[in-house]
Amino acid sequence: MILYFKYLRMLFKAQMQYRASFLLLSIGQCVAPLTVFAGLYILFQRFGQIQGWSFYEVALTFGVIHMAFSISECFARGFDSFSVLVGGGDFDRLLVRPRGTVVQVMGSRFEFTRIGRLAQGTIVLVWAIAGLDIVWTAPKLATLALMVTSGVFIFTGIFILAATLCFWTIQGLEVANIFTDGGREMAQYPLNIYEKWATRFFTFVIPFGCVNYYPLLYVLDRTNSGPDIAYMLAPLAGIAFIIPCLLVWRFGVRHYRSTGS
Amino acid sequence: MRTYRSVFKLRLLLGMQYRAAALAGVATQFFWGFMLIMIYRAFYLHASGQPPMSLEELASYIWLQQAFLALVALWFRDNELFTLITTGNIAYELCRPADLYGFWYAKLLGMRLSAAILRCIPILLVAAFLPAPYRIQLPPDASAFVLFAAALLLGLLLVVAISMFLYISVFVTMSPTGSMIVFGLIGEFLAGLTIPVPYMPSWLQQIVYALPFRWTADFPFRVYSGNIPHDEALIGLAVQVVWLLSLTLLGRWLLGRTMRKVVVQGG
Amino acid sequence: MIAVERLSKSFKVAKRRTGLWQAAKALFVREHTLVRALSDISFTIRPGEIVGYIGPNGAGKSTTIKIMSGILVPDEGRCDVFGFTPWKDRVEYVRNIGVVFGQRTQLWWDVPVIDSFELLKDIYRIPKTEYKANVDMLVDTLQLESIVHTPVRQLSLGQRMRCEIAASLLHGPRLLFLDEPTIGLDAVSKIAVRKFVKTINKEKGVTVILTTHDMNDIEALADRILLIGGGSLLYDGTLQSLRSRFGTRRTITIDYRETADRLDLPGVEVASWTPERAVLHVDTERATVSETIALLSSRVELKDVAVEAQPIEEIIVQLYKEHRI
Repeated sequence: MILYFKYLRMLFKAQMQYRASFLLLSIGQCVAPLTVFAGLYILFQRFGQIQGWSFYEVALTFGVIHMAFSISECFARGFDSFSVLVGGGDFDRLLVRPRGTVVQVMGSRFEFTRIGRLAQGTIVLVWAIAGLDIVWTAPKLATLALMVTSGVFIFTGIFILAATLCFWTIQGLEVANIFTDGGREMAQYPLNIYEKWATRFFTFVIPFGCVNYYPLLYVLDRTNSGPDIAYMLAPLAGIAFIIPCLLVWRFGVRHYRSTGS
Repeated sequence: MRTYRSVFKLRLLLGMQYRAAALAGVATQFFWGFMLIMIYRAFYLHASGQPPMSLEELASYIWLQQAFLALVALWFRDNELFTLITTGNIAYELCRPADLYGFWYAKLLGMRLSAAILRCIPILLVAAFLPAPYRIQLPPDASAFVLFAAALLLGLLLVVAISMFLYISVFVTMSPTGSMIVFGLIGEFLAGLTIPVPYMPSWLQQIVYALPFRWTADFPFRVYSGNIPHDEALIGLAVQVVWLLSLTLLGRWLLGRTMRKVVVQGG
Repeated sequence: MIAVERLSKSFKVAKRRTGLWQAAKALFVREHTLVRALSDISFTIRPGEIVGYIGPNGAGKSTTIKIMSGILVPDEGRCDVFGFTPWKDRVEYVRNIGVVFGQRTQLWWDVPVIDSFELLKDIYRIPKTEYKANVDMLVDTLQLESIVHTPVRQLSLGQRMRCEIAASLLHGPRLLFLDEPTIGLDAVSKIAVRKFVKTINKEKGVTVILTTHDMNDIEALADRILLIGGGSLLYDGTLQSLRSRFGTRRTITIDYRETADRLDLPGVEVASWTPERAVLHVDTERATVSETIALLSSRVELKDVAVEAQPIEEIIVQLYKEHRI
């Protein structure tokens, strides 16, 4: 929506006022996943592979997930820090404006500094693509783009769910981090390396499997059964994940409006 | 000395009140530990050659890391202190630079300890009853445990001493997050908190052993599981003491100098 | 036309317990008390009125405002503003109202005021020409030319409040909610704000609902007062009738040539007395001010006389007392 971009422009201007700290924070955002990736690299040097996946294959999922996470973090930062908005009573201000709550919350914060992580993810992804021994066709690249998009929607959905929790309680929000940060760290690796119950949870409840497993199989020519198109379009399920999250959000807003705070 | 003890006690008791946050933290730590062990297990499944730590030792390492994260992680937020520095309200805390070091040290110590006490017991309890290989192992003998406790305590003192340099750097840069993140992350990596040191390539291990960071996490945790034998452990304790003394003295001196510059400039 | 009918709202407030055992219990079972914030509130407001909505803290003022601005959904009752039910058609309804919260800002903190205005223009979808006309008018009447390009965080409170009021009127609302608009302002800014509100009400016919503890605001602006206490509407009428009901006392301060006369007069209470100055309270239901002054001048050699009405705060306090709140 055009309004959203106007919000972004405003926030960009605001954050540019603090140029030095912006730069430092962006660098910091880049270093964090870098150390994790360094660890990954070192472990692969020692072990050679993880349950049948080679280094570049895992690097691919790593890049995809971190790109998705950083993009989602940029956009959904308003939801991530929603506890501040609600706690300070500023949500009422949003309710007095003739626009939907979702676009306003999204427009309330935008962390441009997360670009650091995005840059890192992109570099890893490009490195992985270069290092992989496969033929890159247009459908594969499209699938890759879909994977990132799907990841963005899933993470944004989780952020929205975590924010909805704020309508009921401010405490225990850290538990939501299990799904955002934790989800990110888990999804870095192809899903099937985990125990069965974990794999199942992250396929059916929070569909990371639609980002880092099924389409991955297609991209890496490891599909075994079923038509290729099914693997390619799996990320769409991830995109659909956001719909129940938005419904929960609306329920939360309704609750807020009937109980006051 | 008495002021140090009282500020330490105050911060400790204050920290213990944050029960709900601690509970949420425990859940998070638990998830991380479990996930990490799952990942390593997947690595080990088709491992070629003998890994430097057995999966059981690794599980113990990871659970100790999660349980005592507050005691070993370099990146630990004390926003109160940061805002104090950046807003210039530090003027209120100025007595003499020497006292300031001790004051902050005691405060940070209390903070970390209170956070750790609330979380370590639930995590360790649950970790003890998990199915193998996720379970935390008991130390091979009693003396290993004693050595571990000593190493952990010295490690805590050491990590606070290192973190003091972070706060001093904030004085210079006036921006808490920038310098902290980079320094904290690299420090944690070098402490063995991203991956245990034995997994690193030998050239990297040499660098790590030369730096003080590993003595906060890597050393105590491996003493626990017996990965580091007793005689090495005893020498290690001595090395910890040496690092602790030198970093404390250096930090004290540096803080004094920085404070004097701040006072002179009037900002 | 604003019609509020039998509005009621209750809140569940969790009981806070002290002590370790209670805190542990609280993790599992939460005990609640039911607080009746509003009971059966009814009133009507005609377009173009300025209404002062007053009452002690916790009386239900902000609850009523939240319901009328569409933020909160009441338990019972009806509310009709310009044909809308505020909480039902929130997005459309809210286009017609402007809100100023005295203590919180609706402007973006780090950017110039004019940028906030522009973004509000997009949020409210104000047509370009209308926006330009409104901005020019507001900047002119509120004297914002020198500050409109400054970031909000660099403004003084008085400057910020003027910008807030301007921001709330950019989209030409028919109804304006002012919540503590003059809190913390210096005398000059207060007068400026009051003058502006009166102007905008007269010239544009904007209905104003004013919530404040500053009685001077009420006196300067409000044609009518709604007093709420303990969730119920206790008084609905004009300031004049309130004064004539309670404000029958006049205070006379006189300076005179030294005398020992204790100034004992009918209908007069001596508040303080020195041989050269006295403060007297006159109960105008028993004796008029002119009679009293005439009597005084026959008793002492008057040098100076000052007559004051009862401060409105005292009247309000009496009103509270009468309703025992």
